[in-house]
Amino acid sequence: MASGVKPRVKVPKTAAAGDVVTIKTLISHKMESGQRKDDDGNIIPRSIINRFTCDFNGKNVIDVTMEPAISTNPYFEFEAIVPEAGDFKFTWYDDDGSVYEESKTIKIG
Amino acid sequence: MMKTISAIGGAAALALSAAVVTADPVDDTLILNEELELVTRTTAPAHVEELDEVLSGWLFRGTETRAMQADDFDNPGMIFVEKALEAWDTAEGSEGKSCASCHDAAETMAGVRPVYPKWNEAAGEVRTLEMQVNDCRTSRMGAEAWKYAGGDMVNMIALLSSVSRGLPVNVAIDGPVQSMWEQGKELYYTRTGQLELSCANCHEENNGNMIRADHLSQGQINGFPVYRLKNTKLNAVHSRFKGCIRDTRAETYSPGSPEFVALELYVGSRGNGLSVEGPSVRN
Repeated sequence: MASGVKPRVKVPKTAAAGDVVTIKTLISHKMESGQRKDDDGNIIPRSIINRFTCDFNGKNVIDVTMEPAISTNPYFEFEAIVPEAGDFKFTWYDDDGSVYEESKTIKIG
Repeated sequence: MMKTISAIGGAAALALSAAVVTADPVDDTLILNEELELVTRTTAPAHVEELDEVLSGWLFRGTETRAMQADDFDNPGMIFVEKALEAWDTAEGSEGKSCASCHDAAETMAGVRPVYPKWNEAAGEVRTLEMQVNDCRTSRMGAEAWKYAGGDMVNMIALLSSVSRGLPVNVAIDGPVQSMWEQGKELYYTRTGQLELSCANCHEENNGNMIRADHLSQGQINGFPVYRLKNTKLNAVHSRFKGCIRDTRAETYSPGSPEFVALELYVGSRGNGLSVEGPSVRN
């Protein structure tokens, strides 16, 4: 179990219908690659976030497969069209089976 | 034959003039989170005789790096500030106290960072913010002192800096601190190491020029602790001093040593008037 994992998301509170909004996400995670060795020469087991998804009102916006070369605290910034008011749901999948979720509501106005 | 030589000479001169790359600071305004304008350029304090203007290191960095610092979500240093916020509320030591037990919210510490290092009358010494934090930990909380430039400490200093962002650095240089300030000034202008470089050689005489592939700034410390892209963590000011002195190929002082406290006092005062920026983002 990776410690100190905390998702963060920044989504505008409001948008006009049909607007393209910029979404920023970050999850604090050490992203241990599985390539490094400790002081005794033993391999430190891989522990990364391997998948990140974002859905809007149940419809997928982005689905990312992540690999061990991605550095600590992975940050994703992307754009999404907002056709109506609703919820963005963000999900991060950890190697250890943990799933971290966050959601943000956006209004039309 | 003569003609050929002069043509070569001309080409060489051209190549030389093209090789002189200037790295002047940019003309830009740092607005934090689209609401708070920070002072990154101001008239030099009277005691900094060799400079007309003092400039934050922010002005010497690239467009993307500057943008990263301008938004708390993009600033990776804020992750460490959040860690310190947890420590702020966590009771430790024999007294069962946390920072919050005495100080309430961390925001109440606004205005503390800009005046450090400063004189502590009861202890009869110049104290950096790190020394004050450790004094709180050992004498009020009954907890163990943190390593001077270790992770816990640098995170806490970043938290204390973050709540003072926008306030002008205002380090006192007279009264009881004066002798230590003079010592810091002496260190600043003393050449050290095999390369025989003083702080001033680079940061006073050559700021705005390139040092190999990097821009030399004025070496202001208003942005510390600094999140460095090269090591993806927060760096304490004394660690930076150590790195600089090591680069002159000298034996360095240790973080927390009286020499570095004196140097921090002096270098801090050179930035009087600039806004506190910590945690800033640099190369």
